[in-house]
Amino acid sequence: MEQTKKWFANGYLILVFVILYAPILFLTAYSFNSGGSMVGFDGFTLEWYQELFSDTRLLIIVLNTLVIALISATIATIVGVAGAVAIHNIEKTKYRSMLLTLNNILVVSPDVIIGASFLILFTMLGISLGFFSVLLSHIAFSIPIVVIMILPKLKEMSPTLVDAAQDLGASQWQVFSKVILPYILPGVFAGFFTALTFSLDDFAVTFFVTGNGFNTLAVEVYSLARQGISLKINALSTIIFAITLALVLGYYFLSTRKKPKTLGGTD
Amino acid sequence: MKNNRFARLALIPYALWIVIFVVAPLVLIAYNSFLDIEGHFTFANYGKLLSPVYMKMMFNSFFYSLIVTAVSLLVGYPVAYFISRTKHKGLWLILLILPSWINLLLKTYAFLGILGTAGPINAFLEVIGVGGQQLLFNDFSFVLVSTYIFIPFMILPVYNAIEKINPSLIYASRDLGASNWKTFQRVIFPLTTDGIMSGFQLVFIPTLSLFMITRLIAGNRVITLGTAIEQHFLVTQDWGMGAAIAVVLILVMAIVMFATRKIIK
Repeated sequence: MEQTKKWFANGYLILVFVILYAPILFLTAYSFNSGGSMVGFDGFTLEWYQELFSDTRLLIIVLNTLVIALISATIATIVGVAGAVAIHNIEKTKYRSMLLTLNNILVVSPDVIIGASFLILFTMLGISLGFFSVLLSHIAFSIPIVVIMILPKLKEMSPTLVDAAQDLGASQWQVFSKVILPYILPGVFAGFFTALTFSLDDFAVTFFVTGNGFNTLAVEVYSLARQGISLKINALSTIIFAITLALVLGYYFLSTRKKPKTLGGTD
Repeated sequence: MKNNRFARLALIPYALWIVIFVVAPLVLIAYNSFLDIEGHFTFANYGKLLSPVYMKMMFNSFFYSLIVTAVSLLVGYPVAYFISRTKHKGLWLILLILPSWINLLLKTYAFLGILGTAGPINAFLEVIGVGGQQLLFNDFSFVLVSTYIFIPFMILPVYNAIEKINPSLIYASRDLGASNWKTFQRVIFPLTTDGIMSGFQLVFIPTLSLFMITRLIAGNRVITLGTAIEQHFLVTQDWGMGAAIAVVLILVMAIVMFATRKIIK
């Protein structure tokens, strides 16, 4: 009885996970298909990868995407650290929770709302749609997530650390750079990393606020996919999967390896 | 360092961000929803929302989102429960989270091949004698792909809720003679309502606002609030109407969050 239940549970889990991964594997497998479509596997080829790497327009788009992600994550992290410190230092609970609510609006808002409202905003401010508007949007929607990642670190920091530094004559900037910043650094890195992935992953907001001349990878994939199946997208996906996998696993192993040092290793 | 100058200085860039990118966009959406295509003040956009065309679209959007949420719960709950009973929870969780890091456009694109008339699903249907079906560009493909994409966001909060249950409650229920099913029904399930509500938020609202999935594989029809907003902003350029639908979406979101939070409390 117990045994059959176990088999059922495991079987169900395996089935769901196979379905979860099937589309990704399907896409990857067909990126090596010489047949030219996602029907019938004719033979192994790297043709689509060659085509991908000789497409300079696409490589420029990849570069654009990376530049936007790196700049926006950096600026969002700086503003986010400032915001977290500012929120943490507000004494009145009422104002603090009001700021937190405002902070979280962009986190819970659907992408279409963010995209549409930013489109109105940029048009009103006379900011032309392109690199700059996309960059501003990415900074804007990444800031709240950085704040959320850093606040718990600030909260768990003992105030006596700051008091001690001040008693020893540290200036406010020194207190921040020598005491607070090192303490919250894991949160800052987590925030930066999340902002980076948010930016790389974003499609909807970028789609709304980008102009004709400027594309990021997600928008390009969308316009390619709307034209139908092209195995170049499969090849591109495979590369993106591989990078995502490497990043996530790398981040996972780094964060689990660090754990025992700070938290005493709970499993 | 309470109340110091540094913290007040730090507030400046952050407050600027709040004013320009949080408050102003919301105000602008609300303001634009009262403008017609020429920029004159009007209530007509909200009037149009009550017309049969828009009522039907909104009803469809809620209906499909509810189906996607319900299917996610039905399929996802057992997954969450079984994962919490396995030895290698960490590994299963990583495997669950990993696909959600992959851009949903690519996952949607994969279904163009899988569900295509010559794709593997149709080949399978031929073999078992059902015969080929048009699986793409209809409501079925929308529900299937949306569920596929959002199901991890139902499984994770439910899993967290199950993990939080004090095991002594389950032992107590068993000691008092409850069967496994009774224990699940009376102890475990009620204690996971919080998780289900969070999952509801995380699946229902994004499904309402999707537009790329409907564009790519649901036959380009306007069946979600998100598609309608995209249509008005980027295709017909009627920002006023798009903004009015956006206001509806924001209100629905606020109501859902308020209602689910009440239950969570």
